[in-house]
Amino acid sequence: MSDLKYTNDHEWIKVEGDTAWIGITTYARHALGDLVYLELPETGRKVKKGDNFAVVESVKAASEIYTPVSGEIIAVNDNLSDNLEDLKEDLNKGWIVKVKMSNPAEAEGLMDQGAYAKFTESLS
Amino acid sequence: MYSQWLNKQYMDHRQKGKTMKTTPLHAAHLALKAKMAEFAGYDMPINYETGVLAEHNWTRENAGLFDVSHMGQVIVDGPDAAAFLESLTPSDFQNLKDGVAKYTVMTTDTGGIIDDLIVTRLGENRFFAVLNAGCKDKDIFWMNTKLPANVNLLHLEDRALLALQGPKAETVLKEALGVDASNMRYMRIMESGDYIISRLGYTGEDGFEISISEKDAAQTWDKLLQHPAVKPIGLAARDSLRLEMGYPLYGHDITTKTTPVEADIGWIVGKDRVGYPGESIIRGQLAGSPPRRRVGIKLTDKGVAREGAEIYSLSGQKLGDFTSGGFSPTLNMSIGQGYVDTKLGKIGDEVLVRVRGRDIKGVLTTLPFVPPKTKPAKPNAA
Repeated sequence: MSDLKYTNDHEWIKVEGDTAWIGITTYARHALGDLVYLELPETGRKVKKGDNFAVVESVKAASEIYTPVSGEIIAVNDNLSDNLEDLKEDLNKGWIVKVKMSNPAEAEGLMDQGAYAKFTESLS
Repeated sequence: MYSQWLNKQYMDHRQKGKTMKTTPLHAAHLALKAKMAEFAGYDMPINYETGVLAEHNWTRENAGLFDVSHMGQVIVDGPDAAAFLESLTPSDFQNLKDGVAKYTVMTTDTGGIIDDLIVTRLGENRFFAVLNAGCKDKDIFWMNTKLPANVNLLHLEDRALLALQGPKAETVLKEALGVDASNMRYMRIMESGDYIISRLGYTGEDGFEISISEKDAAQTWDKLLQHPAVKPIGLAARDSLRLEMGYPLYGHDITTKTTPVEADIGWIVGKDRVGYPGESIIRGQLAGSPPRRRVGIKLTDKGVAREGAEIYSLSGQKLGDFTSGGFSPTLNMSIGQGYVDTKLGKIGDEVLVRVRGRDIKGVLTTLPFVPPKTKPAKPNAA
């Protein structure tokens, strides 16, 4: 998982060429608690960096998920709707969307694993 | 009159520092690694390590222990105590029997709800009342503006309040605290040593609320927690438990903008009661029909709707709004409460609930969502 990048909002992103896979981190997953519903976007939707593109509902609250990169959503992991336990820091099962980036430079400033670990430590 | 407390609240707000208040069990919550957050000015446990779902189900199956010490506890004492309570609420307190608790609301001159509370008669001229944490300061201010010279209002700030809720609560009370409640009925109070124990709660389960001196609170909390049937339960599960029972949450499902009749708790109005704030409006709505009424909503499709979600008819007409909502662990579906225009919507109607621009199918239902398992209030009741 070492080539994942991380955001302040606890999303992870994996870049392959001009495509970004986006999911939520283990830290986020623990903070959310028991999940009950995931609202997914449609394929083809254009998003800008910072846009909310999905909402995860836990027993406690609704939490928005943001994209750290701009572009077009070219794939949605519909499997998550009925398998919320797969929503985790796992490239194979846990990705929520794939975004074809319009500005790949946006991905470059994100934290690496070490920086993100320090960031989450500073939160507790 | 009512604007007086608003002014006071504004002044209090200006003077308030950023420090949160704590209950006598704050250290116990931290030791249990609870997730803490601000509620009504207090730093309170939202959930413990096992999480909301497990806590909810544990309470339904065993016994859950809640710290509700943030709530206000007051004693109303004096020759005109019952008359004083009747000057604040539409309920009958003159005829309330000793040791019996009653759910009521304090009303504004326009029939709105200042707070909902449970009042128990401790003696001929002595009552015990429990107020919502977020309302207690305004309640006490409001009560003082109406207080007759021969009645005392005493805020028991040195007492904690624990709720022990669930089918094993009676057994736990006996085994952990040595208190036998086997002959105690629902909505009754018992004084045992320093404990003031009421058989009631906010979960729909059999259970108790235990008022105790703050100095003994931690020890009592520990004794109860050591019982294998008991786990600590946070405010998040308290909310999902009460939501399944259709109990209104003050500040959300009931406010100064909603009347008791609209809130579908018109049964709290004593049939012979006169001379309470908002009487003409409340009587008028009881005789006719209120413009809107609080109902339950079940989502029949996937999704979760919370406070603020809009309710529409299938033809797209706006019926009302959610005042609270969430996921029901017992029913494994999303549920909520909201106010629906009485001319446009009725129980059984299919509706659309708009969440972030997306319409989710639902149906208007009666409350509660889950049948209560509280003990009978009357000896011969089923």
